[in-house]
Amino acid sequence: MSSKEQILAAVKKNKPDATGLPEHLSYPKEEINQLIEHFQQASLLNGGKTIVIKRLEEISSYLQVHFDKKLQIVSLIPELKGSLDITTILDPHDLEAVELAVLKGTWAVAENAAIWMPEENLAHRALPFIAQHLAVVIESRHLVRDMHAVYEKIKVDDPGYGVFIAGPSKTADIEQSLVIGAHGPRSMTVFLLSE
Amino acid sequence: MAVYKTHAAAADEFLKDEERTHWHDDTLWHVRTKRDTAAQKLPEWEVLRENASQIKEYVLSHLDELLVQFEKNATANGIEVLWAKNAQEHNEHVYRIFQENKVKNLVKSKSILTEECGLNHFLEEKGYDVVDTDLGERIIQFNDQVPSHIVMPAIHLKKKEIGDIFHKHLGTDAGADDPQYLTEAARIHLREKFIQANAAITGVNFGIAETGGFVVCTNEGNADMGTHLADVHIACMGIEKLIPRAADLGVYLRLLARSATGQSITNYTSHFHRPSAGKKMYLILVDNGRTEQLGREDFRNSLKCIRCGACMNTCPIYRRSSGFSYGSTVPGPIGSILSPGIDLKKHSTLPFASTLCGSCSDVCPVKINIHEQLYKWRQVITKEGDAQPAKKWSMKLAGKVLGSPAWYNFMGKSARTALKITPASLIYTKLNAWGKKRDLPEVPKESFKEWYKKNRK
Amino acid sequence: MSWFKTCNITLMNVGLFIPCYVDQFYPSAAIASLELLEKFGVDVTYPMDQTCCGQPMANSGYEQYGKDAGELFMKNFGDFEYIVAPSGSCTLHVKEHLLSHDGTGPKIYELCEFLTDVLKVEELHVSFPHRVGFHSSCHGLRGLHLAKPSEIVGVDFNKPVSLLEKVSGLELVTLDRKDECCGFGGTFAVFEEGISVQMGKDRLADHLSKGVEVITAADMSCLMHMEGLLKREKSPVKIMHIAEILNGNSIHS
Repeated sequence: MSSKEQILAAVKKNKPDATGLPEHLSYPKEEINQLIEHFQQASLLNGGKTIVIKRLEEISSYLQVHFDKKLQIVSLIPELKGSLDITTILDPHDLEAVELAVLKGTWAVAENAAIWMPEENLAHRALPFIAQHLAVVIESRHLVRDMHAVYEKIKVDDPGYGVFIAGPSKTADIEQSLVIGAHGPRSMTVFLLSE
Repeated sequence: MAVYKTHAAAADEFLKDEERTHWHDDTLWHVRTKRDTAAQKLPEWEVLRENASQIKEYVLSHLDELLVQFEKNATANGIEVLWAKNAQEHNEHVYRIFQENKVKNLVKSKSILTEECGLNHFLEEKGYDVVDTDLGERIIQFNDQVPSHIVMPAIHLKKKEIGDIFHKHLGTDAGADDPQYLTEAARIHLREKFIQANAAITGVNFGIAETGGFVVCTNEGNADMGTHLADVHIACMGIEKLIPRAADLGVYLRLLARSATGQSITNYTSHFHRPSAGKKMYLILVDNGRTEQLGREDFRNSLKCIRCGACMNTCPIYRRSSGFSYGSTVPGPIGSILSPGIDLKKHSTLPFASTLCGSCSDVCPVKINIHEQLYKWRQVITKEGDAQPAKKWSMKLAGKVLGSPAWYNFMGKSARTALKITPASLIYTKLNAWGKKRDLPEVPKESFKEWYKKNRK
Repeated sequence: MSWFKTCNITLMNVGLFIPCYVDQFYPSAAIASLELLEKFGVDVTYPMDQTCCGQPMANSGYEQYGKDAGELFMKNFGDFEYIVAPSGSCTLHVKEHLLSHDGTGPKIYELCEFLTDVLKVEELHVSFPHRVGFHSSCHGLRGLHLAKPSEIVGVDFNKPVSLLEKVSGLELVTLDRKDECCGFGGTFAVFEEGISVQMGKDRLADHLSKGVEVITAADMSCLMHMEGLLKREKSPVKIMHIAEILNGNSIHS
């Protein structure tokens, strides 16, 4: 018998009597202002920062103040021009010098500030991790209350990879002291586009 | 016959440094209070725990079907699924994959399963330089130790000690112990390793049967840094890590990070379903004693564990004896109900390393009845050969005395009389252990029974 | 005393179970329990042949050696409507391992929950003008649900504390860790002596830093452990079973 057959046979023999699955949980939708407030609080706790904007143009003026234009900036937002054309990058190792990546999120969760980033929004899977700083744009109408709600919206296996990003790369492995910037982004700025 | 150190003996060593004991206790208690704050924010917390427990109950009772479904969907997604009965087979799978893909440099993110399988040691013997990339794991790897906690592997070390370790291995300034500075040094060191790696090994937090993918949670982003840069991704997963539906993640992700550290979610929750073009993704399904544990009716619920570590943070014994005192891959309360199933003799004192206070069961996000299972393991261990004959003898004697009113009255009076002369002669053996740092109760002139006879009868 | 009538109870058939070590070492806690029940008009009997429920053996992994004690317990208490014991730990053991789970036979209550849930005591008419620390014993807390454990999310309640709050002049301190285990744990206290002592010392430090004069609990075993440590350190702080305070006893010298 193969290992697979042996394992399956052992499971079959040893498993308990069948039980059923509980229903999926869902909770009433919150007011938009409350969602935004909860998102901002959670983002802050995760080590991130949220900036509520009315127009996409506000992003470039913000970035101009906070980031050095001479450094590599990748933008996957059509309205915002970066300094590095991502289509020229074929190998993710060549993203090592990226200072800032500006990406678009699809859905955001108010309870924990997690933003769903499917593969097609990343250009390279490595991009949101290897960049020194990360900015994500999300529309406030794509804010949901909690994780139950967001899993109703997203398709986790489409296309092949997706990630909830809730803040910058962080660690507390040295005496529980929080340090931002473990391996990946040293900051995460969320631009919450509210109409 | 191998002689194993008892938990009590190992704990006594840790307790010698009372200042460190307090520091360790306070640090973990702080994590427990952060967990409380996070949990208290969700009025639906207890509903979530109940659901999480029920879903895992379903998983255990349908595990064979779910494994088949998972393998089918994962294979269709382009993931190569491998099966391993035990640690040896798991390690050999990894080695074979390395050879087939001509892997030279590898990076690893946190996986308790690979600790359980002794993968690092196995690969090192084959000549590989295994690079753990979780900061805590890298620290203990430099220090030639295993994790003392499943979520915070280096929680037993003080920053001063970590500073010394980094000075030795990474050339940081002597005496420097600022966490920010040390983390930056690790960042620079590990970025280089990420860039060079051609294989990345990760653990798995959840395998999704209906979609054939898996989820990995980190705060550092090290699992993603590794897998997205390397050509080969090997994910190692215990067979009990399955969940039936993607939407079940809503339940577990709300519980996991809150229970572990008090965060609302880890900063990265990655869902892997297909390899990138031109890359390879492997998933090894590991049994290593799990199917056996599934067959133990009283103990199978331990397989519901999602490895949050909350039972360690809350356990008053773990906090004061540290993870190493358990001598098992998974320490603390959950380890004390998992480990006897793996090696009963080696881990025979672990179920006794508890006051049965029950905090572990109340804190558990999947409602494992940990303290009740500790009680049940005790019954099994004493039957299958207790290593402590003195205890058995004293319990047998106590049982006799307490089973008979005449003996009880006689022994009670004699003991109280004897106690007035010398405290060392109570009916229990080893009672001297009580008296080392504690006084015995003052002996009253009469028992309640004697008083009652005079005053109420 | 007319205030008993406010409790509006008829005489009930109650067997008083006094755990072995309370009988032998802390008769004052047992007397207070008895007097307290009598005060509330309960028809309480103390079966003279009782010894122990068998918990010490069972928790040590020797359920079989506790069998005789368990059978003796049922012989003594099997015919009562209610069993009341001034110990959460022993009550839990009897409830889980000795009594039937199908609603037949006697029902066992820990003393405080008997006062709050069955007698529905509203007033105690006693005073205890002291600073008091309450130790939440684990088996009563988590096994009998005498209070909401700090890990659980839900409505806060604490049955023993609700009784202490009815004692005039009693000043209850707020602990840093309101329901951490004291480290007694039966034979754990001797087989894991080092950890047991450390846990007890830490628990005491929490109480002492709040300036308590008396530490009380619904379980004498935890108190015995803490008293042992206090006495060794020659501390003036006293321990008292909660029944003694609720019964209006003063601090024993």
